[in-house]
Amino acid sequence: MIPPKFEYVAPASLSEAAAFLAAHPGDAKLLAGGQSLIPVLKLRLASPGFLVDLGRIAGLSYIREEPASGGKPGAVAIGAMTTYAEIKQSALLREKCPLLQQTVAVVADVQVRNRGTLGGSLAHADPSADMPAAILALGGELKAVGPKGERWIAVGEYFQGMFATALAPDEVLTEIRVPVLTGQRSAYLKAARRATDFALVGVAVRLRVGKDEKCEEISIALTGVTDRAFRAAGVERALQGKRLEPKLIEQATADVVQGVNVMGNIHGGAEYRAQVARVYAARAIAAAK
Amino acid sequence: MHKISVKINGNAYEEEVESRLLLVHFLRDKVNLKGTHVGCDTGNCGACTVFLNGKPIKSCNMLAVQADGAELTTIEGLERDGALHPVQEAFLDKFAIQCGYCTPGMVLSALALLQSNRRPNEEEIREAIEGNICMCTGYQQIVDAVAHAADLMGQSRS
Repeated sequence: MIPPKFEYVAPASLSEAAAFLAAHPGDAKLLAGGQSLIPVLKLRLASPGFLVDLGRIAGLSYIREEPASGGKPGAVAIGAMTTYAEIKQSALLREKCPLLQQTVAVVADVQVRNRGTLGGSLAHADPSADMPAAILALGGELKAVGPKGERWIAVGEYFQGMFATALAPDEVLTEIRVPVLTGQRSAYLKAARRATDFALVGVAVRLRVGKDEKCEEISIALTGVTDRAFRAAGVERALQGKRLEPKLIEQATADVVQGVNVMGNIHGGAEYRAQVARVYAARAIAAAK
Repeated sequence: MHKISVKINGNAYEEEVESRLLLVHFLRDKVNLKGTHVGCDTGNCGACTVFLNGKPIKSCNMLAVQADGAELTTIEGLERDGALHPVQEAFLDKFAIQCGYCTPGMVLSALALLQSNRRPNEEEIREAIEGNICMCTGYQQIVDAVAHAADLMGQSRS
Protein backbone atom coordinates (compact mmCIF):
# COMPACT_ATOMS: atom_id res chain seq x y z
CA MET A 1 0.00 0.00 0.00
CA ILE A 2 1.27 3.45 -0.92
CA PRO A 3 0.29 6.65 0.93
CA PRO A 4 -1.47 9.34 -1.09
CA LYS A 5 0.69 12.22 -2.32
CA PHE A 6 1.63 14.85 0.25
CA GLU A 7 4.45 17.30 0.77
CA TYR A 8 6.86 16.64 3.64
CA VAL A 9 8.20 19.49 5.75
CA ALA A 10 10.61 19.23 8.66
CA PRO A 11 10.59 22.41 10.76
CA ALA A 12 13.59 23.00 13.00
CA SER A 13 11.63 24.62 15.83
CA LEU A 14 8.25 24.43 17.56
CA SER A 15 7.32 27.98 16.60
CA GLU A 16 8.04 27.16 12.97
CA ALA A 17 5.84 24.04 13.22
CA ALA A 18 2.96 25.96 14.84
CA ALA A 19 3.25 28.74 12.24
CA PHE A 20 3.09 26.18 9.44
CA LEU A 21 -0.04 24.61 10.94
CA ALA A 22 -1.65 28.04 11.27
CA ALA A 23 -0.81 28.86 7.63
CA HIS A 24 -2.33 25.61 6.32
CA PRO A 25 -5.55 25.11 8.29
CA GLY A 26 -7.06 21.67 7.80
CA ASP A 27 -4.37 20.63 5.31
CA ALA A 28 -1.35 19.87 7.50
CA LYS A 29 -0.89 16.93 9.85
CA LEU A 30 1.83 16.52 12.48
CA LEU A 31 4.05 13.45 12.19
CA ALA A 32 5.52 12.13 15.44
CA GLY A 33 6.59 8.45 15.50
CA GLY A 34 4.22 7.64 12.64
CA GLN A 35 3.13 4.26 13.99
CA SER A 36 -0.55 5.18 13.67
CA LEU A 37 -0.39 7.95 11.09
CA ILE A 38 1.56 6.07 8.41
CA PRO A 39 -0.83 3.07 8.45
CA VAL A 40 -3.74 5.57 8.29
CA LEU A 41 -2.16 7.18 5.22
CA LYS A 42 -1.51 3.81 3.59
CA LEU A 43 -5.15 2.85 4.10
CA ARG A 44 -6.02 6.27 2.62
CA LEU A 45 -8.18 7.10 5.61
CA ALA A 46 -6.58 10.56 5.56
CA SER A 47 -4.93 12.57 2.81
CA PRO A 48 -3.38 15.75 4.22
CA GLY A 49 -1.56 18.08 1.84
CA PHE A 50 1.41 18.36 4.20
CA LEU A 51 3.09 16.18 6.80
CA VAL A 52 4.93 18.27 9.38
CA ASP A 53 7.64 16.09 10.92
CA LEU A 54 8.38 16.82 14.59
CA GLY A 55 11.33 14.44 14.45
CA ARG A 56 13.84 17.12 13.49
CA ILE A 57 12.99 19.45 16.39
CA ALA A 58 15.53 19.11 19.19
CA GLY A 59 14.50 18.87 22.83
CA LEU A 60 11.15 17.07 22.63
CA SER A 61 12.40 13.76 23.99
CA TYR A 62 13.12 13.61 27.74
CA ILE A 63 11.93 12.20 31.05
CA ARG A 64 12.78 14.35 34.07
CA GLU A 65 11.57 15.07 37.56
CA GLU A 66 9.97 18.43 38.31
CA PRO A 67 10.17 19.12 42.05
CA ALA A 68 7.16 20.49 43.92
CA SER A 69 7.01 24.28 43.76
CA GLY A 70 4.53 27.10 44.28
CA GLY A 71 1.82 24.82 45.70
CA LYS A 72 2.15 22.37 42.77
CA PRO A 73 3.05 18.80 43.74
CA GLY A 74 6.11 17.06 42.33
CA ALA A 75 5.72 15.66 38.83
CA VAL A 76 7.49 13.70 36.14
CA ALA A 77 7.72 15.63 32.87
CA ILE A 78 7.82 13.63 29.66
CA GLY A 79 8.62 15.19 26.30
CA ALA A 80 5.96 14.46 23.67
CA MET A 81 8.45 12.75 21.32
CA THR A 82 9.64 10.31 24.00
CA THR A 83 9.22 6.77 22.65
CA TYR A 84 7.50 3.88 24.40
CA ALA A 85 10.89 2.13 24.51
CA GLU A 86 12.40 5.07 26.39
CA ILE A 87 9.49 5.06 28.85
CA LYS A 88 9.90 1.30 29.33
CA GLN A 89 13.58 1.68 30.17
CA SER A 90 13.36 4.77 32.39
CA ALA A 91 14.70 4.20 35.91
CA LEU A 92 12.97 7.43 37.03
CA LEU A 93 9.53 6.22 35.91
CA ARG A 94 10.13 2.79 37.45
CA GLU A 95 10.53 4.52 40.80
CA LYS A 96 8.10 7.45 40.51
CA CYS A 97 5.34 6.36 38.14
CA PRO A 98 5.33 2.62 37.34
CA LEU A 99 1.82 2.74 35.82
CA LEU A 100 3.25 4.23 32.62
CA GLN A 101 5.73 1.36 32.34
CA GLN A 102 3.07 -1.23 33.15
CA THR A 103 1.08 0.21 30.25
CA VAL A 104 3.80 0.58 27.60
CA ALA A 105 4.84 -3.02 28.27
CA VAL A 106 1.68 -4.17 26.45
CA VAL A 107 1.66 -1.56 23.68
CA ALA A 108 2.20 -3.28 20.31
CA ASP A 109 5.68 -4.83 19.92
CA VAL A 110 9.40 -4.03 20.20
CA GLN A 111 9.68 -2.38 16.77
CA VAL A 112 6.61 -0.17 17.23
CA ARG A 113 7.75 0.80 20.73
CA ASN A 114 11.08 1.95 19.27
CA ARG A 115 9.30 4.50 17.04
CA GLY A 116 5.91 5.24 18.64
CA THR A 117 5.72 8.20 21.02
CA LEU A 118 3.62 9.11 24.04
CA GLY A 119 2.71 12.49 22.53
CA GLY A 120 1.76 10.90 19.23
CA SER A 121 -0.60 8.44 20.89
CA LEU A 122 -2.27 11.15 22.98
CA ALA A 123 -2.64 13.55 20.05
CA HIS A 124 -4.07 10.79 17.84
CA ALA A 125 -6.56 9.82 20.61
CA ASP A 126 -7.52 6.44 19.22
CA PRO A 127 -10.49 5.22 21.32
CA SER A 128 -8.77 1.82 21.77
CA ALA A 129 -5.23 3.05 22.50
CA ASP A 130 -3.61 2.11 25.80
CA MET A 131 -1.88 5.34 26.82
CA PRO A 132 -5.03 7.50 27.19
CA ALA A 133 -6.30 5.21 29.98
CA ALA A 134 -2.98 5.37 31.83
CA ILE A 135 -2.74 9.15 31.50
CA LEU A 136 -6.34 9.67 32.64
CA ALA A 137 -5.85 7.44 35.68
CA LEU A 138 -2.69 9.35 36.55
CA GLY A 139 -4.10 12.85 36.13
CA GLY A 140 -1.74 15.72 35.45
CA GLU A 141 -1.40 18.21 32.64
CA LEU A 142 -0.49 18.47 28.98
CA LYS A 143 1.43 21.38 27.48
CA ALA A 144 0.34 22.73 24.12
CA VAL A 145 2.34 25.25 22.10
CA GLY A 146 0.63 27.35 19.44
CA PRO A 147 1.22 30.58 17.53
CA LYS A 148 0.01 32.56 20.57
CA GLY A 149 2.30 30.82 23.03
CA GLU A 150 1.88 27.92 25.40
CA ARG A 151 -0.93 26.71 27.65
CA TRP A 152 -1.59 23.80 29.98
CA ILE A 153 -4.57 21.46 29.56
CA ALA A 154 -5.82 19.35 32.48
CA VAL A 155 -5.84 15.67 31.55
CA GLY A 156 -9.52 15.40 32.55
CA GLU A 157 -10.48 17.95 29.88
CA TYR A 158 -8.22 16.65 27.14
CA PHE A 159 -10.05 13.73 25.49
CA GLN A 160 -13.14 14.98 23.69
CA GLY A 161 -14.23 12.12 21.44
CA MET A 162 -13.08 9.67 18.82
CA PHE A 163 -9.71 10.99 17.56
CA ALA A 164 -10.72 14.35 19.07
CA THR A 165 -8.82 16.28 21.75
CA ALA A 166 -8.72 19.74 23.32
CA LEU A 167 -5.74 20.65 21.10
CA ALA A 168 -6.47 23.46 18.64
CA PRO A 169 -5.62 22.72 14.98
CA ASP A 170 -2.54 24.96 15.17
CA GLU A 171 -1.26 23.64 18.51
CA VAL A 172 1.51 21.12 19.12
CA LEU A 173 1.44 18.85 22.18
CA THR A 174 4.94 19.16 23.66
CA GLU A 175 4.96 17.77 27.19
CA ILE A 176 3.00 15.48 29.49
CA ARG A 177 3.29 15.97 33.26
CA VAL A 178 2.16 13.19 35.55
CA PRO A 179 2.17 13.18 39.35
CA VAL A 180 4.81 11.33 41.36
CA LEU A 181 3.10 8.23 42.74
CA THR A 182 5.39 7.29 45.59
CA GLY A 183 3.40 5.12 48.00
CA GLN A 184 0.75 4.21 45.43
CA ARG A 185 0.15 0.93 43.69
CA SER A 186 -0.98 0.53 40.11
CA ALA A 187 -1.83 -1.88 37.32
CA TYR A 188 -2.81 -1.85 33.65
CA LEU A 189 -4.79 -4.81 32.39
CA LYS A 190 -5.73 -5.26 28.76
CA ALA A 191 -7.97 -7.64 26.85
CA ALA A 192 -6.99 -7.91 23.19
CA ARG A 193 -7.61 -10.36 20.39
CA ARG A 194 -3.91 -10.89 19.83
CA ALA A 195 -0.97 -9.98 22.05
CA THR A 196 0.12 -6.98 19.99
CA ASP A 197 -3.33 -5.53 19.23
CA PHE A 198 -5.08 -2.40 20.38
CA ALA A 199 -7.25 -2.89 23.47
CA LEU A 200 -10.64 -4.51 23.23
CA VAL A 201 -10.83 -3.20 26.79
CA GLY A 202 -7.97 -1.70 28.81
CA VAL A 203 -8.16 -0.73 32.48
CA ALA A 204 -5.62 1.46 34.29
CA VAL A 205 -5.79 1.67 38.10
CA ARG A 206 -3.77 3.50 40.69
CA LEU A 207 -4.62 3.44 44.38
CA ARG A 208 -3.28 4.10 47.85
CA VAL A 209 -4.15 1.87 50.75
CA GLY A 210 -3.78 3.17 54.32
CA LYS A 211 -2.45 1.40 57.41
CA ASP A 212 -5.95 0.18 58.29
CA GLU A 213 -6.12 -1.39 54.80
CA LYS A 214 -8.76 1.11 53.73
CA CYS A 215 -8.51 2.58 50.24
CA GLU A 216 -7.54 6.24 50.72
CA GLU A 217 -7.34 7.18 47.06
CA ILE A 218 -8.28 5.39 43.86
CA SER A 219 -8.35 6.34 40.20
CA ILE A 220 -9.67 4.03 37.48
CA ALA A 221 -9.70 4.74 33.73
CA LEU A 222 -10.84 2.59 30.81
CA THR A 223 -10.08 2.54 27.10
CA GLY A 224 -11.63 0.62 24.22
CA VAL A 225 -15.13 0.82 25.66
CA THR A 226 -16.55 3.96 24.11
CA ASP A 227 -15.47 6.81 21.80
CA ARG A 228 -12.79 7.99 24.24
CA ALA A 229 -10.97 6.91 27.39
CA PHE A 230 -12.94 7.74 30.56
CA ARG A 231 -12.69 7.70 34.35
CA ALA A 232 -14.99 5.26 36.17
CA ALA A 233 -15.97 7.86 38.77
CA GLY A 234 -18.86 5.82 40.19
CA VAL A 235 -16.63 2.83 40.90
CA GLU A 236 -14.02 5.09 42.45
CA ARG A 237 -16.63 6.60 44.80
CA ALA A 238 -17.93 3.15 45.79
CA LEU A 239 -14.43 2.01 46.80
CA GLN A 240 -13.09 5.19 48.40
CA GLY A 241 -12.54 4.77 52.13
CA LYS A 242 -13.41 1.05 52.09
CA ARG A 243 -11.40 -2.13 52.42
CA LEU A 244 -10.90 -3.57 48.96
CA GLU A 245 -12.49 -6.97 49.63
CA PRO A 246 -13.19 -9.15 46.54
CA LYS A 247 -16.94 -9.01 47.15
CA LEU A 248 -16.98 -5.20 47.29
CA ILE A 249 -14.79 -4.91 44.16
CA GLU A 250 -17.18 -7.17 42.29
CA GLN A 251 -20.23 -5.17 43.40
CA ALA A 252 -18.63 -1.82 42.58
CA THR A 253 -17.30 -2.79 39.14
CA ALA A 254 -20.72 -4.14 38.09
CA ASP A 255 -21.56 -0.48 37.36
CA VAL A 256 -18.34 0.37 35.51
CA VAL A 257 -20.05 1.20 32.19
CA GLN A 258 -23.13 2.85 33.73
CA GLY A 259 -24.02 5.92 31.68
CA VAL A 260 -21.44 5.02 29.01
CA ASN A 261 -22.40 4.46 25.39
CA VAL A 262 -20.55 1.16 24.89
CA MET A 263 -19.18 0.53 21.37
CA GLY A 264 -19.81 -2.63 19.48
CA ASN A 265 -17.88 -3.71 16.42
CA ILE A 266 -16.65 -6.79 14.58
CA HIS A 267 -14.21 -7.58 17.42
CA GLY A 268 -16.81 -7.54 20.15
CA GLY A 269 -20.44 -6.49 20.50
CA ALA A 270 -21.48 -3.86 23.05
CA GLU A 271 -22.85 -6.38 25.55
CA TYR A 272 -19.69 -8.50 25.40
CA ARG A 273 -17.44 -5.45 25.69
CA ALA A 274 -19.39 -4.21 28.73
CA GLN A 275 -18.95 -7.58 30.43
CA VAL A 276 -15.21 -7.66 29.62
CA ALA A 277 -14.98 -4.14 31.09
CA ARG A 278 -16.60 -5.30 34.37
CA VAL A 279 -14.38 -8.35 34.66
CA TYR A 280 -11.15 -6.55 33.74
CA ALA A 281 -11.92 -3.58 36.01
CA ALA A 282 -12.31 -5.98 38.94
CA ARG A 283 -9.13 -7.86 38.02
CA ALA A 284 -7.13 -4.64 37.54
CA ILE A 285 -8.16 -3.32 40.97
CA ALA A 286 -7.28 -6.68 42.54
CA ALA A 287 -3.93 -6.68 40.70
CA ALA A 288 -3.11 -3.17 41.90
CA LYS A 289 -3.99 -3.67 45.60
CA MET B 1 11.49 15.43 -4.03
CA HIS B 2 13.94 15.37 -1.16
CA LYS B 3 17.59 14.46 -1.19
CA ILE B 4 18.45 12.04 1.60
CA SER B 5 21.76 10.60 2.80
CA VAL B 6 21.78 7.32 4.67
CA LYS B 7 24.36 4.74 5.61
CA ILE B 8 23.20 1.20 4.90
CA ASN B 9 25.30 -1.73 6.10
CA GLY B 10 28.26 0.63 6.29
CA ASN B 11 27.87 2.07 2.78
CA ALA B 12 26.81 5.66 2.16
CA TYR B 13 23.92 6.36 -0.21
CA GLU B 14 22.48 9.61 -1.50
CA GLU B 15 19.16 9.51 -3.33
CA GLU B 16 16.29 11.73 -4.39
CA VAL B 17 13.04 10.44 -2.90
CA GLU B 18 9.40 11.36 -3.11
CA SER B 19 7.83 12.45 0.21
CA ARG B 20 5.54 9.45 0.34
CA LEU B 21 8.15 6.78 -0.43
CA LEU B 22 8.20 4.21 2.39
CA LEU B 23 11.57 3.18 3.79
CA VAL B 24 10.97 -0.47 2.83
CA HIS B 25 10.40 0.49 -0.81
CA PHE B 26 13.47 2.71 -0.72
CA LEU B 27 15.58 -0.23 0.46
CA ARG B 28 14.12 -2.72 -2.00
CA ASP B 29 13.61 -0.62 -5.11
CA LYS B 30 16.11 2.27 -4.90
CA VAL B 31 19.00 0.49 -3.19
CA ASN B 32 18.09 -2.95 -4.53
CA LEU B 33 18.41 -4.71 -1.18
CA LYS B 34 15.65 -7.30 -1.57
CA GLY B 35 16.30 -9.11 1.73
CA THR B 36 13.93 -6.76 3.53
CA HIS B 37 10.49 -8.19 2.81
CA VAL B 38 7.04 -6.64 2.47
CA GLY B 39 4.67 -8.99 4.29
CA CYS B 40 1.42 -7.58 5.60
CA ASP B 41 2.17 -3.96 4.64
CA THR B 42 0.09 -2.87 7.66
CA GLY B 43 2.77 -2.72 10.36
CA ASN B 44 1.83 -6.03 11.96
CA CYS B 45 4.01 -8.81 10.56
CA GLY B 46 7.58 -7.54 11.03
CA ALA B 47 8.95 -9.01 7.75
CA CYS B 48 10.25 -5.52 6.91
CA THR B 49 12.23 -5.16 10.17
CA VAL B 50 15.56 -3.34 9.85
CA PHE B 51 17.84 -1.59 12.36
CA LEU B 52 17.56 2.20 12.45
CA ASN B 53 20.49 3.64 14.41
CA GLY B 54 20.92 0.24 16.06
CA LYS B 55 17.28 -0.43 16.99
CA PRO B 56 14.79 -2.67 15.21
CA ILE B 57 11.90 -0.84 13.52
CA LYS B 58 9.33 -1.68 10.85
CA SER B 59 10.46 -0.10 7.59
CA CYS B 60 6.92 -0.19 6.13
CA ASN B 61 5.86 2.15 8.97
CA MET B 62 8.35 4.86 8.20
CA LEU B 63 9.01 7.26 5.34
CA ALA B 64 12.38 7.13 3.58
CA VAL B 65 12.73 10.88 4.11
CA GLN B 66 12.46 10.36 7.90
CA ALA B 67 15.61 8.20 7.70
CA ASP B 68 17.72 11.06 6.33
CA GLY B 69 21.02 11.05 8.22
CA ALA B 70 20.40 7.64 9.80
CA GLU B 71 22.42 4.45 9.87
CA LEU B 72 20.53 1.35 8.75
CA THR B 73 21.33 -2.33 8.95
CA THR B 74 19.44 -4.83 6.82
CA ILE B 75 19.73 -8.62 6.72
CA GLU B 76 22.37 -8.24 3.98
CA GLY B 77 24.59 -6.44 6.51
CA LEU B 78 24.98 -9.37 8.91
CA GLU B 79 27.42 -11.68 7.14
CA ARG B 80 31.13 -11.03 7.41
CA ASP B 81 33.57 -12.03 4.63
CA GLY B 82 31.12 -14.57 3.26
CA ALA B 83 30.48 -16.16 6.66
CA LEU B 84 26.96 -16.08 8.09
CA HIS B 85 26.26 -14.32 11.37
CA PRO B 86 25.83 -16.73 14.33
CA VAL B 87 22.11 -15.88 14.48
CA GLN B 88 21.77 -16.89 10.81
CA GLU B 89 23.75 -20.10 11.50
CA ALA B 90 21.49 -20.87 14.45
CA PHE B 91 18.35 -20.51 12.30
CA LEU B 92 19.82 -23.05 9.85
CA ASP B 93 20.98 -25.43 12.61
CA LYS B 94 17.54 -25.50 14.27
CA PHE B 95 15.43 -25.68 11.08
CA ALA B 96 13.82 -22.36 12.05
CA ILE B 97 13.03 -21.60 8.39
CA GLN B 98 10.25 -23.05 6.30
CA CYS B 99 9.09 -20.66 3.60
CA GLY B 100 11.68 -18.12 4.78
CA TYR B 101 9.55 -15.06 4.25
CA CYS B 102 9.64 -13.90 7.89
CA THR B 103 13.27 -14.94 8.40
CA PRO B 104 15.10 -11.64 7.73
CA GLY B 105 12.88 -9.82 10.22
CA MET B 106 13.04 -12.67 12.74
CA VAL B 107 16.85 -12.76 12.58
CA LEU B 108 17.11 -9.00 13.15
CA SER B 109 14.64 -9.06 16.05
CA ALA B 110 16.57 -11.98 17.57
CA LEU B 111 19.86 -10.11 17.15
CA ALA B 112 18.39 -6.99 18.78
CA LEU B 113 17.43 -9.11 21.79
CA LEU B 114 20.83 -10.81 22.03
CA GLN B 115 22.68 -7.51 21.85
CA SER B 116 21.00 -6.35 25.06
CA ASN B 117 20.45 -9.71 26.75
CA ARG B 118 23.09 -12.40 26.25
CA ARG B 119 21.16 -15.14 28.04
CA PRO B 120 17.44 -14.63 27.38
CA ASN B 121 14.96 -17.15 28.77
CA GLU B 122 12.13 -18.51 26.64
CA GLU B 123 9.65 -15.86 27.79
CA GLU B 124 12.07 -13.07 26.88
CA ILE B 125 12.69 -14.63 23.47
CA ARG B 126 8.96 -14.89 22.77
CA GLU B 127 8.42 -11.27 23.83
CA ALA B 128 11.28 -10.09 21.60
CA ILE B 129 9.74 -11.68 18.49
CA GLU B 130 6.18 -10.62 19.32
CA GLY B 131 6.28 -8.16 16.41
CA ASN B 132 7.30 -10.83 13.89
CA ILE B 133 4.68 -13.18 12.53
CA CYS B 134 5.58 -16.63 11.17
CA MET B 135 2.81 -18.55 9.42
CA CYS B 136 4.79 -21.81 9.01
CA THR B 137 6.82 -22.94 11.98
CA GLY B 138 4.55 -22.49 14.98
CA TYR B 139 7.50 -20.52 16.44
CA GLN B 140 9.06 -23.34 18.50
CA GLN B 141 11.99 -23.88 16.14
CA ILE B 142 12.54 -20.12 15.99
CA VAL B 143 12.58 -19.86 19.79
CA ASP B 144 15.04 -22.80 19.90
CA ALA B 145 17.19 -21.09 17.26
CA VAL B 146 17.39 -17.85 19.25
CA ALA B 147 18.46 -19.77 22.36
CA HIS B 148 21.02 -21.63 20.23
CA ALA B 149 22.22 -18.31 18.78
CA ALA B 150 22.85 -17.07 22.33
CA ASP B 151 25.12 -20.13 22.83
CA LEU B 152 26.95 -19.57 19.52
CA MET B 153 27.48 -15.87 20.23
CA GLY B 154 28.72 -16.71 23.74
CA GLN B 155 31.28 -19.11 22.25
CA SER B 156 32.51 -16.65 19.66
CA ARG B 157 33.04 -14.07 22.40
CA SER B 158 35.17 -16.33 24.58
